[in-house]
Amino acid sequence: MSLFSQIKDGLRKSRESVFKRIRDALSGGDLSAAIEEVEELLILSDMGMETVESVVDTLRSRTKRSDNAVQVLKEILVEHLKEVETSETIFSELPHVISVVGVNGTGKTTTIGKLSKMYSSLGKSVVVASGDTFRAAAVEQLKHWCEQTGAEFISQGHGADAASVAFDAVNHALSKKKDLVIIDTAGRLHTRHNLMEELKKIHRVVARLIEDAPHEVLLVIDANTGQNGLMQARKFLDAVRVTGIILTKLDGTAKGGIVFAISRELGIPVKYIGIGEKLEDLRPFDPEMFVEALLSTD
Amino acid sequence: MFESLQEKLGRAFRILSGKGRITEKNIEEAVRMVKLSLLEADVNYKVVKEFINRVLEKAVGEEVLRSFSPDQQFIKIVRDELISVLGEKISRLELQSNPSKVVLVGLQGTGKTTSCAKLAYRLKSQGKKPLLVAADVYRPAAIDQLEQLGKQIGIPVCSGDRKNPLGIIRQGIEDATRNVNDVIVFDTAGRLHVDEDMMSEVREIVKIVKPDEVLMVVDSMMGQDAVTSANKFNDALELSGFIVTKLDGDARGGVILSIRHVTGKPVKFVGISEKVDGLEVFHPDRVAGRILGMGDVLGLVNKIQERVDADKAKELEEKFMKNKFDLEDFLAQLQEIKKMGSIADLLEMVPGVPKDVDVGGGEKNIAKTEAIINSMTKVERRNPRVIDYSRKQRIAKGSGTTVVEVNRVLKSFDQMKVMFKKMGKKGKLLKELKGMPF
Repeated sequence: MSLFSQIKDGLRKSRESVFKRIRDALSGGDLSAAIEEVEELLILSDMGMETVESVVDTLRSRTKRSDNAVQVLKEILVEHLKEVETSETIFSELPHVISVVGVNGTGKTTTIGKLSKMYSSLGKSVVVASGDTFRAAAVEQLKHWCEQTGAEFISQGHGADAASVAFDAVNHALSKKKDLVIIDTAGRLHTRHNLMEELKKIHRVVARLIEDAPHEVLLVIDANTGQNGLMQARKFLDAVRVTGIILTKLDGTAKGGIVFAISRELGIPVKYIGIGEKLEDLRPFDPEMFVEALLSTD
Repeated sequence: MFESLQEKLGRAFRILSGKGRITEKNIEEAVRMVKLSLLEADVNYKVVKEFINRVLEKAVGEEVLRSFSPDQQFIKIVRDELISVLGEKISRLELQSNPSKVVLVGLQGTGKTTSCAKLAYRLKSQGKKPLLVAADVYRPAAIDQLEQLGKQIGIPVCSGDRKNPLGIIRQGIEDATRNVNDVIVFDTAGRLHVDEDMMSEVREIVKIVKPDEVLMVVDSMMGQDAVTSANKFNDALELSGFIVTKLDGDARGGVILSIRHVTGKPVKFVGISEKVDGLEVFHPDRVAGRILGMGDVLGLVNKIQERVDADKAKELEEKFMKNKFDLEDFLAQLQEIKKMGSIADLLEMVPGVPKDVDVGGGEKNIAKTEAIINSMTKVERRNPRVIDYSRKQRIAKGSGTTVVEVNRVLKSFDQMKVMFKKMGKKGKLLKELKGMPF
């Protein structure tokens, strides 16, 4: 069972093996052995070498033999994440428009189901735009979620122009005075130039109706992602104004350490985490809890 | 963005020795570089450690070859070791029984459903009569997805009662026997290796199917944890191999090395595009360079050899020589280039080419150029000189372009003729690609 599901179920167990090794090494006066353990732990979380090195350097400068290195390490990691603050979603104008983007298979469509559930239960009226018109049956998948959450579903079917679907949805929300529009987009590899251009077009078209829309652009990153996650984020940021990350699939054993590199290098905060397949399994990002889970080992 | 390992190593050896030899002293720095490079490529940390130890052993014992520069020599040791871990040979599907059965398993979002369709399509084009079985009842519309893909590639899809995976599986086997399908490809739901219920379900599926192949689908962008899930699936199901997907992105794909190393099971296919024919047999030697961040020159050469019709190329060459190259040949040439796959894919294999070169526009231009030439009469294609303004207007109309664009094609055709003339007998085609009209 993963730590996230344990936290979820309130069954938190302490996992001390690595920490014990770190402490043992420290009490034996062997700082470099302790640092090596820390390094391994962080590398295995997909944090990336550059970030690991910077964390380890800080740790070295702050740790004295008597200190609790694990506690210091936690503090350093939390600081890293808190450097880029997550802002509360403010519905400054209606409808508030959120665009959800990412590479293939990260869980965009499911996440949109969860977002629409979350906002519906906050009493918001939600419109969902079925903008993944490429993948076979993506429309049906999203429709299924909308039926579950009661969100209004706007689609032009498979193969339609995604920008036109988004335009329709925002237009509809404007005229019916809805609170929120969530736009699904097709999974696209960030290396595909014309697909990134298509994404820009979707956002351009929406901005014609509401100048500041989409107000939020959420990039969905799979917790399993390795160093390529940084390149994904960079390319998406080049193309569109990414405002936050949704880190999915944290119910497995992957730690999602790549978000450290992303927030450190690109300044994009993590906004939500996905911790299961059910509609309720979306949580606001909590740096302390995230670091706790990251440092756990099975 | 990444400095290539080659450059790094080159620097390490020059700085440390100044002599151009592998010594124990400079090897430490070189090993560190390789370690970093492998970690950047997402090779699992523990795999890296073991790998490095073996490289170290070999490198220290190695006779110094004076013909090589030490960085080259070191890279060769690393590369050879990589290839030996990845497997020297291509691993093919082993389909013995009739109907033979292939089950695809894996985590969510790795591309199982798409890979099923691609694999079935591949088998069909090899003369097999496949049946697809859609047993993912959990993800909404997963069955619809496979059905739509099946329709697209003309392969039947069995979805039974759409509710009970084991029932669907049994139905699929029955259907295949009745319809004389000789191979069945089973799609299963994505599942987490820590989800006990779902893992026992897939064990049950495998028990019923008695497959020839159980392939785990793994995303090439995966990081350190890939070995955990691969190990768990392998323990539960005795995998026969892997399919690694989304290699058309810019992930270095260190996961390939990791999963092979920890499970000992081969990668059989790689997914290289979103299209139905985007599944290729895995060549261990070609991916070694990619993991090291050194491009894939061999892959590029093979790709060109594979796709370009040798006779046609020769014929063209003769035409160049005799200066009889006309617009029809020009068109044929463009079609050959298109056969090689997207230009972006090709460029990615060339070491040193930045990954973000804009080639989308180029591909559009090829399509336009084709349309323009297709709108010409045969006489015009063979002798472009007869094309006057009114003919240009007609061609523009016919191809949905403008006279300016027709002019552009004619001009670049002229330039190409001049270019080939200059190139003479041993032209460096690749080098001149830049001057071509796309």
